[in-house]
Amino acid sequence: MTGSDKRLPEQGGLLARRSLLKATTVGIAGGFLLPTQAAETVPLWSTHSGSAQSEYGERSAFVQDQRQVQFGNPYGPQAGVSYTPLATLNGSITPNSLHFERHHSGIPAIDPSLHSLTIYGDVKRAVRFSVDDLRAYPLESHCYFLECSGNSYLNTLPRAQDLSVQAIHGLLSGSEWTGVPLRYLLDEAGLDSRARWIVAEGADASGHTRSLPIDLARDKVMVALYQNGEVLRPAQGYPMRLFVPGSEGNVSVKWLHKIKVQQTPAYSREETSKYTDLLKNGKAEMFSFAMQVKSVITSPSGAMVLQRRGIYEVSGLAWSGAGSIRGVEVSADGGQSWVAATLQSQGGDRALTRFRIPWRWQGHGAVLQSRATDSAGNIQPSREMALARYSAAGFYHYNGIQSWAVDPQGVVKNVYI
Amino acid sequence: MFISSSLRWLIGPHNLAVTAAAVLVLLASPAALTQQHSTLAEAAQLGHHLQPRLGRTVDNVADSIVSPDGSALPEGSGTAAIGEGVYRARCSACHGPVGAQKGNSLVGGIGSLATGKPFKSIGSYWPYATTLFDYIARAMPYGQEKSLTANEVYALTAYLLHLNGIVGAQQVVDKDRLPVISMPNRDGFIELHR
Repeated sequence: MTGSDKRLPEQGGLLARRSLLKATTVGIAGGFLLPTQAAETVPLWSTHSGSAQSEYGERSAFVQDQRQVQFGNPYGPQAGVSYTPLATLNGSITPNSLHFERHHSGIPAIDPSLHSLTIYGDVKRAVRFSVDDLRAYPLESHCYFLECSGNSYLNTLPRAQDLSVQAIHGLLSGSEWTGVPLRYLLDEAGLDSRARWIVAEGADASGHTRSLPIDLARDKVMVALYQNGEVLRPAQGYPMRLFVPGSEGNVSVKWLHKIKVQQTPAYSREETSKYTDLLKNGKAEMFSFAMQVKSVITSPSGAMVLQRRGIYEVSGLAWSGAGSIRGVEVSADGGQSWVAATLQSQGGDRALTRFRIPWRWQGHGAVLQSRATDSAGNIQPSREMALARYSAAGFYHYNGIQSWAVDPQGVVKNVYI
Repeated sequence: MFISSSLRWLIGPHNLAVTAAAVLVLLASPAALTQQHSTLAEAAQLGHHLQPRLGRTVDNVADSIVSPDGSALPEGSGTAAIGEGVYRARCSACHGPVGAQKGNSLVGGIGSLATGKPFKSIGSYWPYATTLFDYIARAMPYGQEKSLTANEVYALTAYLLHLNGIVGAQQVVDKDRLPVISMPNRDGFIELHR
């Protein structure tokens, strides 16, 4: 609304504005700008050779979005999370450096020459594979989302938290994962007639352990070796992790090193005392692997301030553990009317789907919402519906519609309606 | 590294067809090339039938998964009376003197699950006692994981069950007795498997 705001990028956010201001400050402080009219100024970077090529790239010094790190409790700081900066990223792939993290006892520094995958238990023969062995198998590459089961739990709290989309929904990322279909390896070991479950175990200090039904394990599950084209990073399970598309992130066991095949689940701590969904009647759902249909508007979103009236692009992400995204509707009036958004990267099975729709803001109060429908016909529920069955202590698998209120000053806030 | 993997793939004992194709390439006659192409096309259609099968057979894998049937439970035993000392030395710094440290509590809440203030603890929520042994042995104490002996883990398991009113102070817990201990919330779960 003021003259200086004309420099703002169209997808205005506070972070982007700060970057621009900093760029200007650096130029002046360096004293390189010629004392001519601004329009005729030749930028510094156009007047001499830039830096040389390098072995390993870095992003621009003007790009500063970061994960938001939350340490575990005082007794276990490495048992924490970090949240992906959803508001400043775009498209549907998360850069590996910004992929969310959840570790139960820190990130192990694994020497791949000393690491292997062993499949044992109810199999015809126990087999062991080195990392190089697995790289020699027929690999598959697919774009999939990964979402922590506890993502968005802040919106299950009684009062709406005035936080960003990163802080509320940032335990969500999307990547192209490349790996060996697990069924190849299970078949090589040879399942015997008792085999009903696999129990995957990580080599980290927590020995993270999750059980999966054998049918699910033989479906789309892979032993992932690469993420977005590069070898897995330590925080994502280097040198190998299980990847279970569409399921809660916790079952995609990182630093995978053993798989036991057996007749029953292990009923490990992470699938009994944690990652179970307590209902209001006191019973709890267990082995509720699939993440439900969900979407969130990433811009405009919480903690942003709209700096001008006019056209904005409302943009966000949609995903479902039950298949692909068939459609996303957006409302600017708190759900009284809905308009179909444009889907990009459409049709990706269990992948993040970017949606966009233009919106004219005229300085009035508004409530922006998105509602996704997946290929199985599931429709994202309201907050009220999503919470209806669950206990106050059951904060996993929450997928209610997000409401962002925009006030006449342009301030965007998380609200419940 | 890549070359050695490729060679192993070519000479693996389970890939006679692929090995034959490789030999034909080496001969490099036009007829051989035709056959090579058809073999690749066939491979593309067959998909997973053409895997290198590099898994090495291993005997005596250390079983590290303790399930409710007691599989993988080691020899050894312990009681809550012994476990109390181990707990004070190895666990109380984080979990408090009697397992009730706020935010890290291991006790209480029995009967609370269907109320407006449910509290999940070992006693109120965990369906199987074997899970205690499995988790303590693999993941505790935080920062010194896998440093406890089997006897210490049995004793700690007994002590935590005792703090929750599930076993007596002198009750011996071992590989035969642990799987038959009945947990209060054993029937509290609905398995979805999806």
